[in-house]
Amino acid sequence: MTPIAIYSLGGVLLFSLGISGLFLCRHPLRKILAMNFAGSGVFTVFIAMASRQPAVASDPVPNALVLTGIVVAVSATAVALALYRRLVTSTDDGEPTEQSSG
Amino acid sequence: MPDVTESAWLIGPVVVPLATALLMFVLGRRWRVPLVSATVAILGFTTAVITWRVWQQGPQTHPLGNWRAPLGIALYADGLSCLMLLMSVVVGGFVSFYSLAYWGPSEPAVDPVESGSGGPPDRQSVEMFWPLWLLLWTALHALFLSGDVFNLYVTLELLTLAAIGLAVLDGQRAAVEAALRYLLVALAGSLLYLAGVALLYAAYGTLDIALLGQRVAVDDSSRAAVVLVFLGLMLKTALFPFHFWLPPAHGSAPAPVSALLSGLVIKGSFYILLRLWFDLFPAEVTRPLAMLPTVLGTLAILWGSLQALLAVRLKMLVAYSTVAQIGYLFLVFGLVRAETADGFAAWSGCLLFAFSHACAKGSLFLAAGTIRRAAGHDRIRDLPAAARGLPLTFFSIGIAAVALMGLPPTGAFIAKWMLLKAAFSGGQFGIAVIIVVGGLLAAAYLLRVLSASFTKLPETESEVALRPVPRLLEQVTFGLATVSLLLGLASAPAIALLRIGSPWASTVVHEPWASTVVHEATP
Repeated sequence: MTPIAIYSLGGVLLFSLGISGLFLCRHPLRKILAMNFAGSGVFTVFIAMASRQPAVASDPVPNALVLTGIVVAVSATAVALALYRRLVTSTDDGEPTEQSSG
Repeated sequence: MPDVTESAWLIGPVVVPLATALLMFVLGRRWRVPLVSATVAILGFTTAVITWRVWQQGPQTHPLGNWRAPLGIALYADGLSCLMLLMSVVVGGFVSFYSLAYWGPSEPAVDPVESGSGGPPDRQSVEMFWPLWLLLWTALHALFLSGDVFNLYVTLELLTLAAIGLAVLDGQRAAVEAALRYLLVALAGSLLYLAGVALLYAAYGTLDIALLGQRVAVDDSSRAAVVLVFLGLMLKTALFPFHFWLPPAHGSAPAPVSALLSGLVIKGSFYILLRLWFDLFPAEVTRPLAMLPTVLGTLAILWGSLQALLAVRLKMLVAYSTVAQIGYLFLVFGLVRAETADGFAAWSGCLLFAFSHACAKGSLFLAAGTIRRAAGHDRIRDLPAAARGLPLTFFSIGIAAVALMGLPPTGAFIAKWMLLKAAFSGGQFGIAVIIVVGGLLAAAYLLRVLSASFTKLPETESEVALRPVPRLLEQVTFGLATVSLLLGLASAPAIALLRIGSPWASTVVHEPWASTVVHEATP
């Protein structure tokens, strides 16, 4: 098995792990972590893709995409953590709202 | 090589709200009214110019920084982009003026009823509405004008992050809970989409939509990519059964924010799905998948309408109505599936429906906000008392309800007419039945609200104290509702605009759409 195949498969595995964690875990922090797993999985696939042809130099476009993706993922994680912190620190019940039963 | 400065107009809708968003941070409150008015005016002008140029010259492409594809990132506008831009500018403009009055200098920063019991009303957080909303507007316009699948991912994330910030503005616990769920679902959606983009790039070596459209073949890569892209964007658009985050998120946000989330934000991810499904993937790849969105859309119409019938609060009713109306948007994939079907009728009908829904749903949420501000609640049971003091608001609800039900002469009527026409031409009578039943269900739940205007009050209750609300709130709501009504009259040019650059652009027009539709509509 070539290193590229290992990276690709590993990425797909990480991604599936993350997405299933996002839906199966109940704790918000676990969900946020799972989301980061899934993101890393996609980035790994991108990186593996960049060096598919060993003869030529690696393709810079996927690297640039991963850098952008990391910035997006970091900001999203920050927002999610801030929301979670607000949820934990707020003790009020607010006014009763209708529960979504869907 | 075409002159780059010629197409530079395309930058306008992105740069203008971005610049004012940053200015909002720097300049004080005194500058808010002139800044917002100037933004809306300049956006309206640039969008009009872009639409005019597309109308005259066909689809426009602007290579950013003069770097051309495949290396550069292009902005692209065709009829579809223009219609979406117009929708965003119209709905966004009305909501902006509503917000000026809603959070005006004389108004309380946060409604005592809306702020829950969590701490003192936080003026600071309301101040954040303007930068966040203008950034959301920026992201939405960048999304509608993007000609690059990775850029679409970035704009989609920007849109989500800005929307999350807006949804938690008044800091209710319910809103924060809903926003966290929304964020996680949205992130799952965009990661699935990104995985699809990775597959496309791996297989075809470009991210430019126009180039991809030429290169995408019927193979395993494109089949897997379309599944990932569809799943991701379905999550983001809140199609049943992934709608669970939408009603609490839209129902517990401040009224102007709900109007933006329901009217505009969900259209962003739907636009991407529509664009890629029809412009990028070959029919052989999408056809086997097309029944799934149709079935889920049908379930969404039924489930959303049922929940709207059962809702206790007006804002929840309107939010569940959005779940149902999203179902309508997804019927288009099944309608175009049939080979004999009039694909353009289904496609343009769907987009007209999206536009009409944005205006009608926006004004319904704004009306709910006004009622809540005046009466201190939005319980549907107690609406008759509020209806006495707010005649213009209830009139607006009436117009918006007519538009949502799809009665003539609204835009939604023409839209449903075209969807039905496509269903019959494709022999898909099941979908035709759903379209009609969905309209009846919408009438049923909206009449729950409308009947408030006609209920005779017991003598004792006739004098219910309503807090005074700025007239502008009522007038803006009325204006937006009127747009959804007038859209029916402007549907002929809108449909002609949609044809420019669409996959059906080259098909022969046997008869002008306009005259047929309007003629058939008025017997």
